[in-house]
Amino acid sequence: MNGRGLSLVPKTDVKQSLKDFKSDQEVRWCPGCGDYAILAAVQSFLPELGLKRENIVFVSGIGCSSRFPYYLNTYGFHSIHGRAPAIATGLAASRPDLSVWVITGDGDALSIGGNHLIHALRRNVNLNILLFNNRIYGLTKGQYSPTSEVGKITKSTPMGSLDKPFNPISLAIGAEASFVARTIDSDRKHLQSVLREATAHRGTSLVEIYQNCNIFNDNAFEQLKDPEVRDDITLRLEHGQPIVSSSKAVVRAANGGIEVTDRAGVSEDQILVHDAHNPDPSLAFALSRLDEPAFEHVPIGIFRSVDRPAYDVLMAEQLEESVAAKGPGDLGELLMGGDTWRIS
Amino acid sequence: MTKQVQQLDRVIIRFAGDSGDGMQLTGDRFTAGTAEFGNDLSTLPNFPAEIRAPAGTLPGVSSFQLHFADHDILTPGDAPNVLVAMNPAALKANLGDLPRGADIIVNTDEFTKRNLQKVGYAASPLEDESLSEWRIHAVPLTSLTVKALENFELSKKDAERSKNMFALGLLSWLYHRPTEHTIKFLETKFAKKPEIAKANIAAFQAGWNYGETTESFSVSYEIKPARLAPGVYRNISGNQALAYGLIAASVQSKLPLFLGSYPITPASDILHELSKHKRFGIRTFQAEDEIAGVGAALGAAFGGALGVTTTSGPGVALKAETVGLAVTTELPLIVVDVQRAGPSTGMPTKTEQTDLLMALFGRNGESPVPVVAPMSPSDCFDAAIEAARIAVKYRTPVMLLSDGYLANGSEPWRLPEVAELPDISQSFTTEPNGADGEFLPFKRDTETLARPWAIPGTPGLEHRIGGIEKADGTGNISYDPNNHDLMVRTRAAKIAGIDVPDLTVDDPDGDARVLVLGWGSTYGPIAAAVRRIRREGGTVAQAHLRHLNPLPANTGEILKKYDKVLLPEINLGQLALLLRARFLVDIISYNRVRGLPFKAEELAGVIQDVIDSD
Repeated sequence: MNGRGLSLVPKTDVKQSLKDFKSDQEVRWCPGCGDYAILAAVQSFLPELGLKRENIVFVSGIGCSSRFPYYLNTYGFHSIHGRAPAIATGLAASRPDLSVWVITGDGDALSIGGNHLIHALRRNVNLNILLFNNRIYGLTKGQYSPTSEVGKITKSTPMGSLDKPFNPISLAIGAEASFVARTIDSDRKHLQSVLREATAHRGTSLVEIYQNCNIFNDNAFEQLKDPEVRDDITLRLEHGQPIVSSSKAVVRAANGGIEVTDRAGVSEDQILVHDAHNPDPSLAFALSRLDEPAFEHVPIGIFRSVDRPAYDVLMAEQLEESVAAKGPGDLGELLMGGDTWRIS
Repeated sequence: MTKQVQQLDRVIIRFAGDSGDGMQLTGDRFTAGTAEFGNDLSTLPNFPAEIRAPAGTLPGVSSFQLHFADHDILTPGDAPNVLVAMNPAALKANLGDLPRGADIIVNTDEFTKRNLQKVGYAASPLEDESLSEWRIHAVPLTSLTVKALENFELSKKDAERSKNMFALGLLSWLYHRPTEHTIKFLETKFAKKPEIAKANIAAFQAGWNYGETTESFSVSYEIKPARLAPGVYRNISGNQALAYGLIAASVQSKLPLFLGSYPITPASDILHELSKHKRFGIRTFQAEDEIAGVGAALGAAFGGALGVTTTSGPGVALKAETVGLAVTTELPLIVVDVQRAGPSTGMPTKTEQTDLLMALFGRNGESPVPVVAPMSPSDCFDAAIEAARIAVKYRTPVMLLSDGYLANGSEPWRLPEVAELPDISQSFTTEPNGADGEFLPFKRDTETLARPWAIPGTPGLEHRIGGIEKADGTGNISYDPNNHDLMVRTRAAKIAGIDVPDLTVDDPDGDARVLVLGWGSTYGPIAAAVRRIRREGGTVAQAHLRHLNPLPANTGEILKKYDKVLLPEINLGQLALLLRARFLVDIISYNRVRGLPFKAEELAGVIQDVIDSD
């Protein structure tokens, strides 16, 4: 965490509450949708930032989650399928005084908009990207998505889906992301703690939020919510802390990688201590693979948070350098700048 | 030996060689000298899309044509009076365009058996009678260059590379071009390699001296400066003028320019040019693809920037959905389409006017977009400002339709006075506009029908926009049938009501019965053809459309005034289709889609045929 995420966004003296961030529009997700919990978590988190409300913008693509901006009383742009990171890039790159959020889903971000997502991440534009992953297409009524497990039976795959899914965390780390985290819709406290770190990070923060679609893919993340097993399979990632669940621990494997083992069978000093700020992304990537293939254990938290100059800052610096070197642009001088001749 | 000097009123030179021979640079430098000398001029570069096609082959031939004169001219010229052919391929590829009696300067060193075979010459055309219709000047350009540079520490290969400068020197002598600028240019271009700079200058001077001393050139030519309108001039290409126009639009609108763009021929030079001018607060963003380019520009526009994206036809196809989003969110956006030959990849370096219908209609839904088309390279400057004016005033995406011919062609440009450029600034909305102190993002200006432009950072005006249909006034999501009908019609009415100047007709006799109409880059060839007709005593009127949507209010009235309306287009009749439908006028179309501009002589013939027909 570099703590400068919002340093250029003006603050307000006025005390804000959840109510200030609710728009007058009726929320229209299916009853029981995980999006409600995320919306409530974001609305109740935003006052904590103390930013001028008019300097916050939510940009979204297309999909159920992309209706999000309509329900927040900030500036908002509900754009087109997959393109939110591109639109938000133009906005954030030209307006460093804004807190710009991208709301997207697994189809929006990883299928039609995959290209924009990876390029936003490598550029490190100052954006908070919230990727609602429900592992299904909701708005188009239940086709498999790029995060659906192989063999998923849906309307478009009656004999099961064939393609290997993306792991959003692995993808983001591979795309040079400087901040990558995972949280879950049902755990408001954890969700908000991740948002806190994500907003403090200057550059692109990608937050994958496991989100339940109770209509088309109900209970996709049930193991992480079921009190019987959740503490057992959830590996909490906290910087400087050993990576453990209630019964398991992450250790170095004999083959040079990492593996999950019974916590009881290892000593404390064998357990891997999480270093979110490690410049080398290899371990973060290895951690992102621990839930493969079938959710036996799932890391939750901040995988990676490293300091890297944000694109908008670098862009502004080039403008400032040019002015410092040659003075501000003068149109008359520009037009006269080539080989000219006078006819009288 | 005193050489004869002959006066000419105009000359058309074509430099042709292998794409690695530096013909574009040679042409550029000759143009710079010609501009400095004060001739009117017009240029036409013609090059393959491949960066280095196989050496010595016909597909690898690159050429640069320059027309210059002691009077004002409108086109790069139909047929060259002089061809500089650096190899057999250049000769073969261009011979068909040369009128009988034209001069051909050939680099004999390249007429080897192998090079001749590459292009299918069984025997050297220099040694049989096949070129007897033309005046051949056989010059061993390569070996003369190598000889001139023998005192330099250069490999033979490096020395040979200066042969284009030798040719430039020779042509500069032949047409009395000033030399100082070229020497200065070479010194600057090779500032980090002084030896190369010196060698190029030496080759250039050797070429000049060769002209003066050799007997194969007994005459040199003088073309007096043209009497153009008083003012300060510079030579400018369409792409550069367009980039400058966008900078001027940023200054005159008081909005920071944000360019989101993806490299594509022939539009990339606009991105290159704008990226040099960060002092003007210009942000240039090379996006991951065409869609991101326009998306970022639209996002910046939402934030209060002058959002621009530059591309060519294939890119416009990709951007269509985002342009539709700009239509429905009613945000200012400039989409520059430097048209090239299509469909699909087509011929990237060749020109066409085939994107008109795509610009107008290539989106889903009722999605009206204003279209502006510049008529000459320098007009790209004014057209860019005009596109920005419309975009900002009416909160709409605007298509600016340039083309490859305008983009790469150049002409002298009389520089405008900055103080006389139009003020196109509009203020952002900062206060609520509703009866109860609320903000209504889709409550319109009653005159222009433009909606308020309230940018993030403005307190109290927080609002949401998007691609879903909006309720009139509030902008909230609406699926109400009557509201949709109202919004569709209102968006259409807004664009139809844009203030564009009336169409003017050039009809000096006042009694023409035939009107030649054009749009975009065909202005030069059409006007040159019209001059020819009038010079021969014929009577014809000419009008040119710079605004394709909305059309000038008097368009129908003008079309109906004439017995016949001829419309040449470098497409299969796209504007004709539109005008026939709109005005029920039986337009006579003339269409050629060869990737090249029209020739004046060709059009003069077509116009004469229309005048003569019953």
